[in-house]
Amino acid sequence: MRLLTHNMLSSNIKGVTNGFPLQLEVEKMVVKEVAFNGDFLKNIFPKIEWKALLDAAVAMGCGDLPENAEATMLDNEEFLRKFHHALLQLHLEEGALICPETGRRFPVSKGIPNMLLHEDEV
Amino acid sequence: MPSRPEKQAPPEFFYDETEARKYTTSSRIIEIQAKLSERALELLALPDDGVSRLLLDIGCGSGLSGETLSENGHQWIGLDISHSMLDIALEREAEGDLILSDIGQGLGLRPGCIDGAISISAVQWLCNADKSSNDPKLRLRAFFGSLYRCLARGARVVLQLYPENHAQLEMITSAAMRSGFSGGLVVDYPHSTRAKKYFLCLICGPPNLSTTLPRAKGEDGGSCSEESDSDGENQTVRVQERQRPRKKQKMLQLTQVHLRTEPFLGNGYGEPKVYIYSSIAVSILEINLRWMDLHTTWVWCSNLSTLDPMTGFWGFCS
Ligand SMILES: C[S@@+](CC[C@H](N)C(=O)[O-])C[C@H]1O[C@@H](n2cnc3c(N)ncnc32)[C@H](O)[C@@H]1O
Repeated sequence: MRLLTHNMLSSNIKGVTNGFPLQLEVEKMVVKEVAFNGDFLKNIFPKIEWKALLDAAVAMGCGDLPENAEATMLDNEEFLRKFHHALLQLHLEEGALICPETGRRFPVSKGIPNMLLHEDEV
Repeated sequence: MPSRPEKQAPPEFFYDETEARKYTTSSRIIEIQAKLSERALELLALPDDGVSRLLLDIGCGSGLSGETLSENGHQWIGLDISHSMLDIALEREAEGDLILSDIGQGLGLRPGCIDGAISISAVQWLCNADKSSNDPKLRLRAFFGSLYRCLARGARVVLQLYPENHAQLEMITSAAMRSGFSGGLVVDYPHSTRAKKYFLCLICGPPNLSTTLPRAKGEDGGSCSEESDSDGENQTVRVQERQRPRKKQKMLQLTQVHLRTEPFLGNGYGEPKVYIYSSIAVSILEINLRWMDLHTTWVWCSNLSTLDPMTGFWGFCS
């Protein structure tokens, strides 16, 4: 799972009002090269919760991102490369996602988060 | 004839290791799913600007449908309830991210962040109550409600599905409408029992007048298209005659129709009226007469019981 997806996922448990962002528990991460696509980054940027991406990247051992980001930075090639790397190349392979409100643990195995809810959570 | 898979077992059990492998190694299935996905992507009608988008593949299975999204340069997130199907997707090196989840529990995604969604041959599974605690209506509402929320305003969804019968189609469509979607149903090859395919095409929010109308396909593989000039209140819809070779196509003029500006939902569910997708309303009689020429199109009907499931045509409504 890439941080792009982590940035979109939120805990869906019944009664939870703020299930975002899920905290990362990283047992194993991998880096997978993907082709750079500046247009995609520009298109997705306004939808990204920056703080969540920043914290997730740090949890994955990548401290390259600036504290704050604005749309004007999208003209900067160096910024785009870092954004690209954090968003699309870092994969959480083994570990878990933790609901910020309830502490419920959603395990991640082989890169796939298990977001299935128990019956009493629906 | 084997009974419908949905009748045999819950999806997470039906698509076990053996079935998942069988499914994904059948060249016939691979070909069909690829065709359906291409068609869904076409109906999704993303802006033609070459920019890759973030899409959902709902019930992504072993990644056959997602492959089409990747081939078209899009990023995607795939959701599926079957572990075995997702395992095969990993084996096939699906480029999207995979999430094990039950769409009937709602999608755990942040509001407004997804550019569009497709679903190929999956959503009819929600109509089956395989546990006593499963209420199909509630599960459909949870699904469509959360789907609506996670999409960007104006984003579209195309769901290719195999409704078992008319009641199922109506249950699915009305759940979508209640969640705030507008849109319509495209039935490709409506005359052929085998080739007939249903695509429920939804827009997040009221229809946008500037959106392009998707083309419809006829039973003989020919297609008819429908265009409208968007320059004012009284619109003229042109319908190209279906059987003719492209160049010689004669443009048939339909009688004038009025552009509806209010959103579909403002109309209430009660009265059976039919709308062409681009929110051009035609009188009931007219659209039903034309329907025979059109074969398929994006049509809004506030009362789905006018759809004849055997022919895919909307019948007359009183
Ligand atoms: C016929 S397969 C289609 C898979 C893929 N879209 C394709 O085109 O090859 C249907 C898929 O829907 C999934 N499915 C059924 N019910 C589901 C649910 N409630 N939540 C998530 N996925 C579901 C099944 O696990 C299965 O992988």
